[in-house]
Amino acid sequence: MLDDFLWRAALAGLGVGLAAAPLGCFVVWRRMAYFGDATAHAAILGVALALLWNLSIFAGVMGVALLMAFCVSTLSGKGYAMDTLLGVVAHSALAIGLVAVSFVSSVRIDLHAYLFGDILAVGKIDLAVIWTGAVLVISLMVWRWQALLTATLNEELAYASHINPRREQLVLTVALAIVVAVALKVVGALLIAALLIIPAATARPFSRTPEQMALIAAMMAMAATTGGLRAAYLFDTPTGPTIVSLAAVLFILAMLVTQSWRFLCQRGG
Amino acid sequence: MFSRLSTKGIPESCTSLTDNALVRTDQLTVRFGQQPALENINLSLKPGQIVTLIGPNGSGKSTLVKALIGAIKPSAGRIIRSQHLKIGYVPQRLHLDPTFPMTVHRFINLPKRHASHDIAEALEQAGAEHLLNAAMNHLSGGQLQRVLLARALLSRPSLLLLDEATQGLDHRGVAEFYQRIEQIRQRSQCAVLMVSHDLHVVMRTADHVICLNRHVCCEGQPEKVAASPQYHALFGDQAASTLAFYRHQHASPQDKERLRHAG
Repeated sequence: MLDDFLWRAALAGLGVGLAAAPLGCFVVWRRMAYFGDATAHAAILGVALALLWNLSIFAGVMGVALLMAFCVSTLSGKGYAMDTLLGVVAHSALAIGLVAVSFVSSVRIDLHAYLFGDILAVGKIDLAVIWTGAVLVISLMVWRWQALLTATLNEELAYASHINPRREQLVLTVALAIVVAVALKVVGALLIAALLIIPAATARPFSRTPEQMALIAAMMAMAATTGGLRAAYLFDTPTGPTIVSLAAVLFILAMLVTQSWRFLCQRGG
Repeated sequence: MFSRLSTKGIPESCTSLTDNALVRTDQLTVRFGQQPALENINLSLKPGQIVTLIGPNGSGKSTLVKALIGAIKPSAGRIIRSQHLKIGYVPQRLHLDPTFPMTVHRFINLPKRHASHDIAEALEQAGAEHLLNAAMNHLSGGQLQRVLLARALLSRPSLLLLDEATQGLDHRGVAEFYQRIEQIRQRSQCAVLMVSHDLHVVMRTADHVICLNRHVCCEGQPEKVAASPQYHALFGDQAASTLAFYRHQHASPQDKERLRHAG
């Protein structure tokens, strides 16, 4: 089964979708959308450094993503707003990454693949990396779930319950770095943030509790990745963008459904 | 009572909680940069006591509460917590992002899940029993306050910390809220520390009032504080009316009855 590239691609998409969904919910709740973006952009610098120093791509991306998160969280509140800092770090990391890639003359790299992903080229080892990362992120989320929710609600409530919101923020940052590192090959740096945010946003109107939202987001992400893969195969379109487009279509459908439902309820009631 | 008012002459420098206090601050000082927010605060809270913190805006009331829950580290001095200290904290307000789906039931089970009969009891004590399945986003200010109180009660606190919990409530709501706190105190024998703007009600419900303006201006029993010149300097005309109100409230029941008929 794993010898079929389509199966490998589907499993890779499922792994990424499952890990991205609950994390994406926190990204939405905590208004960290730009943070996901910045981490993903910084990933390109990680790729370049990994190639320069002959490291694994995964390690390079993880390292740079964590470094970026660390820089931003220490610098924030010292004269710059968070979104300004993220803007500076994200775009400069992407630009420096692209410059650094041009120095790597020994290896011919397909930059396009890192920006937009190439899920069809996922190998068995990639698959193992993706699922290890996914299981790690999901376990991290399950382990810290109650504390993460409390810290997201209100920092003081967290402190009063002996939960350190800084530590929970760190948990999220690490999880985000892992997801970016494993998703790079599947959807690419430019679309990772979309895969984090769109399924969560789609799930919101159908959810009354955080758990429902995370589950529905996971279903949406799985539908988008497997469906997008299928569509990309049928129509011969680039896979990463097709996956994200399908996620967007699901979002629009969900919005139409909830808006018309509300409209009908108002007329009826 | 407060150690600094202690007549037994216990030295202020003693380091352990010898006086069965739940929590004590020892020369607590908090600075934000160079700006002092709290200076040399000494206070101690004992089981069953209702202490109210009053003071103008920017006087460090919320800072003191945040230091007590551990959200702000002291710049100098210490906070000594008894091992019996279990804080139930009711924040000033709770901003919920509209993208965050949360029901009351889910909220009060954070960060620890509780048995359903405990939940029912806490909601009943807080007067929020009918709100169990409501969405947090749809609660009114008063309803949210009661839910926050129920959540704080679920941890079976030995100290209930209320940070301007009555903000946004009308007069009746405020009176009901304080009545509820009094009932809770009697039932669970927990200490209560509340930050308040409602000078009138404070003077009726508190056992001890601390008047804060970065340092402790004056403290003591409500009538003592209400009569003190520091209190009047801080609150001006509002203070004068409080004093009148206080005397009125403490008129004998017959007097009150007479007043009511006259009105």
